[in-house]
Amino acid sequence: MDYKLLLALLIPLIGTLGVMIKGDKENIREGISCVSSILLLLVVGSMVPAVWHGKTLIFHMFTILPGVSVTLRADSMSMIFALVASSLWTIAVFYSMGYMRTLKEHAQTRFNACFALAIFGAIGVAFSDNLFTMYLFYEIVSVCTYPLVAHHQDDEGYNGGRKYLVYLTATAKAFLLPAMILIYVLTGTLDFAPQITTGIFPQGVNSTLVIMLYIFCIFGFAKNGIMPFHHWLPGAMVAPTPVSALLHAVAVVKVGVFCTTRVMLYVFGTDTMHALNLGIPTAYFVGFTVIAASIIALSKDNLKARLAYSTVSQLSYIIMGVALLTEPGIQGGLIHIVNHGFSKITLFFCAGAIYVATHKKNISEMEGLGKTMPFTFGAFAIASLSMIGAPPVAGFITKWNLLVGSVQAHQMGILLILITSTMLNAAYFAPITYKAFFGKRPVGEPFVGIKEAPLAMLIPILIACLISIIIGIFPGFMMHFVKVVTG
Amino acid sequence: MDQLLMNSGFPILSVLIFLPLAGALLLIFVKSEQLCRYLALVVTSLVALLSLRLIAGFDITTAKFQFVEQHTWIKAFNINYIIGVDGISILLILLTTLIMPLCVLASWSYIKTRVQTFMACLLIMETAMIGVFVALDLVLFYILWEAMLIPMYLLIGIWGGPRKIYASIKFFLYTLAGSILLLVGIIWLYATNNYSFFIPGMMWQNYPITSQIYLFLAFFLAFAIKVPMFPFHTWLPAAHVEAPTAGSVILASILLKMGTYGFLRFALPITPEATVILMPYVLWLSIAGIIYGGFTALAQSDMKKLIAYSSVGHMGFVTLGIFVLNIRGIEGAILQMVNHGITTGALFLCVGMIYERTHSRELRSATGVGKYMPIYITFLAFFSLSSFGFPGTNSFVGEFMIIAGAFQFDTVLHKFPYLALASIPGAVLAAAYMLRMLQKIIWGGTNNPDQSWITDLNSREIVVLAPFLFFVLWIGLGPQPFIDLMHTSVTQLLQQFDAHQAHSIAAAGSLFQ
Repeated sequence: MDYKLLLALLIPLIGTLGVMIKGDKENIREGISCVSSILLLLVVGSMVPAVWHGKTLIFHMFTILPGVSVTLRADSMSMIFALVASSLWTIAVFYSMGYMRTLKEHAQTRFNACFALAIFGAIGVAFSDNLFTMYLFYEIVSVCTYPLVAHHQDDEGYNGGRKYLVYLTATAKAFLLPAMILIYVLTGTLDFAPQITTGIFPQGVNSTLVIMLYIFCIFGFAKNGIMPFHHWLPGAMVAPTPVSALLHAVAVVKVGVFCTTRVMLYVFGTDTMHALNLGIPTAYFVGFTVIAASIIALSKDNLKARLAYSTVSQLSYIIMGVALLTEPGIQGGLIHIVNHGFSKITLFFCAGAIYVATHKKNISEMEGLGKTMPFTFGAFAIASLSMIGAPPVAGFITKWNLLVGSVQAHQMGILLILITSTMLNAAYFAPITYKAFFGKRPVGEPFVGIKEAPLAMLIPILIACLISIIIGIFPGFMMHFVKVVTG
Repeated sequence: MDQLLMNSGFPILSVLIFLPLAGALLLIFVKSEQLCRYLALVVTSLVALLSLRLIAGFDITTAKFQFVEQHTWIKAFNINYIIGVDGISILLILLTTLIMPLCVLASWSYIKTRVQTFMACLLIMETAMIGVFVALDLVLFYILWEAMLIPMYLLIGIWGGPRKIYASIKFFLYTLAGSILLLVGIIWLYATNNYSFFIPGMMWQNYPITSQIYLFLAFFLAFAIKVPMFPFHTWLPAAHVEAPTAGSVILASILLKMGTYGFLRFALPITPEATVILMPYVLWLSIAGIIYGGFTALAQSDMKKLIAYSSVGHMGFVTLGIFVLNIRGIEGAILQMVNHGITTGALFLCVGMIYERTHSRELRSATGVGKYMPIYITFLAFFSLSSFGFPGTNSFVGEFMIIAGAFQFDTVLHKFPYLALASIPGAVLAAAYMLRMLQKIIWGGTNNPDQSWITDLNSREIVVLAPFLFFVLWIGLGPQPFIDLMHTSVTQLLQQFDAHQAHSIAAAGSLFQ
């Protein structure tokens, strides 16, 4: 019984309550958010040494039925996600303070409370020890983020919110619920296996059922953005930018891919996936999403929409890597949870900063802005290099491992997909930076009044960008956890 | 008589039955309306407290009937007053006794006319309901079963909405029609069993197969109307919509459970072979109810109708669980009966609280109150989530066990889980209509009516809803104590069942192919 796990779960929850109680006092309310985010980071950080040395921390909370319980565990795979989620929350809290106050948004108390509640769900997913706990927190994330998506309370917000909720809860109910129950009936437990090879299915289980369950699990976690269940993600971009940044680029979608990969590795296991030949078809299937989403991104002029489709595409890298079932493939996939997290949040933060400073949403209107907002666009340039996969930024580590993984799996088709998508990434990111720095402002639109966004936003951008570079140059720390996962 | 554990000492069950009746008689002498309310509250609370003694004294290691009391009643016809409790009925009794004080509290300001009669009806209702769950003599059972109709008829007919007369007569006729055949079945059983009405004595008797089928159909009609199973459900929306809040709560939380309780107490043990033969039809009717209820609920603009149709779907899950005939399914079904009682009861109370403020059950007029009623929507959100089986709430556990039972049933009979997968759209629909309602009430759209005058819950209303929330979370996170209460009885039921029809399960399987 390790109470640190409980503490990690309670901090965002208590933070939520605090925000709700002190809702009318702006400074105290946001102070509570800041303090709880920092506390969470510290608590998660304090678990690092034990997990680093291969220990698994367990905290048991409730037993629902024999084999079904609410139990938390911290192992190296959960640390990957928990570290990302908690550190990005800290950054995002400061950023959203700047964003929401500058734009004088309404209902900031609700916003802050739901924000913390979403992190509560994400941390729960990261630390879940079985499918039921994971499902519980997965659903909590779905429900608690609705108010954030529909924040503006206009028709666009409500439509986006409805689409969001329909996609996420319907897939979870239609696929995940039966899958979970059938797994329970077949195996008598919902606990994850202790390592990635064996899975939890006993010998001699009907393989048709297992394949069906696998497909259900892939589609059930629709937060992973695999086509055809990805429409909610671009729809959710109606939310305020800090929400898009933390949730729809990082926490929510990472909850999706984390759940998917966790289930692939710890419920089905690499042995079963090899035996039933599930890996490579999955890789090709998500390969379609990688390419298709990139092509759609090319066509979008709205910066947030382009980033959204870029997210859809990048998420499938993670699943593709794991589905290759080779050691570098899995490592490349899992490390992308970290790399994509820091780089994509930088990009979204930049989009928000541009909006706050200039009220511009479309890429075509951003020509020449780089001269007045050098830091924002500089960070944007570096983060987009990471998305493309250029050294020395974080994304390179992913690309390298994925390429090695696909070669080791003897899948030249996957190699081709990776190369094509890299070119597409470059095609939709490079022009933004280029035009910002070398383009000319349209006639009649001088730079009057345009300057960098407030420091409360700029500093988080620079920190996130800096971390993207640091984990690109020194990937060892996070790679250690990933290597422990693959044994 | 070896199924009975006699009660020596305090006659707890008789007290539970007759205390509310005595309270109702006492009400005749009370003039003040406020005093009537307090008296009803005191009596129902006392019954609730006393019923906790049942748990303290209940032996979970035996499947026998406990706290049994036996007295001769009408000697000439061999009719006796025999009452007892086993693992199948104990939770339902507790559900009844614990919900009644909350019903009284919920009617505190809602009922303004003829308070004395209203409270008397509630108390008589309680007597009849507890009686039905504990009766071990068929005549006693039947009398109480029919006795429930009258106070319920009055509750709807006097304090109901605009179409109260239509609704109350429809309710009365439907349920009465169902019970006529039940009476025929009872008389046949009486004649076959040496002129005895003793219920446990009628179980597991290997009646001829044709008689069993007729008997099953007679039971089925009575119970299916009560549940109500699709397509016998049409009385339910009308009754719910017109009934006052307390009436809706009693109807949804307890009365509907009588039907499923009847299946477990009578259909399975008395006609096991007929059950197995007709099981596939009942199962597919349950699936039809689950999906039909879901779609219809999705289309409602009246909040009470929405919850009424959701009940049709939820009770479909209960009958599904009962008729998959395995331990997970039946335990899940009993738990789900309790869960439905808690969750749907609470939802009706929530709708009633909005109705008291806006005087409308239309979803349209309740949109966007979230901003002004934070406490109310917190409760409502929990109950709605529970209603569609959100993990961590009570209904999730019940649904999980029932669907697991259905999967298990499938894997025994065929390779592919048709039945379990067929029930899944119901779960999806439940999420859809509940979230739709929740979204509309909390947020609405861009042109909500002005709700700024609305007041949040007062402390009485919070006291009414809090116990429901407590049980939603308790059963959701730690259901084991509840399952332990029923486990021995259900195991025993299934063992007996298997011994009596092992050969016919294959025949039933062939109906699915």
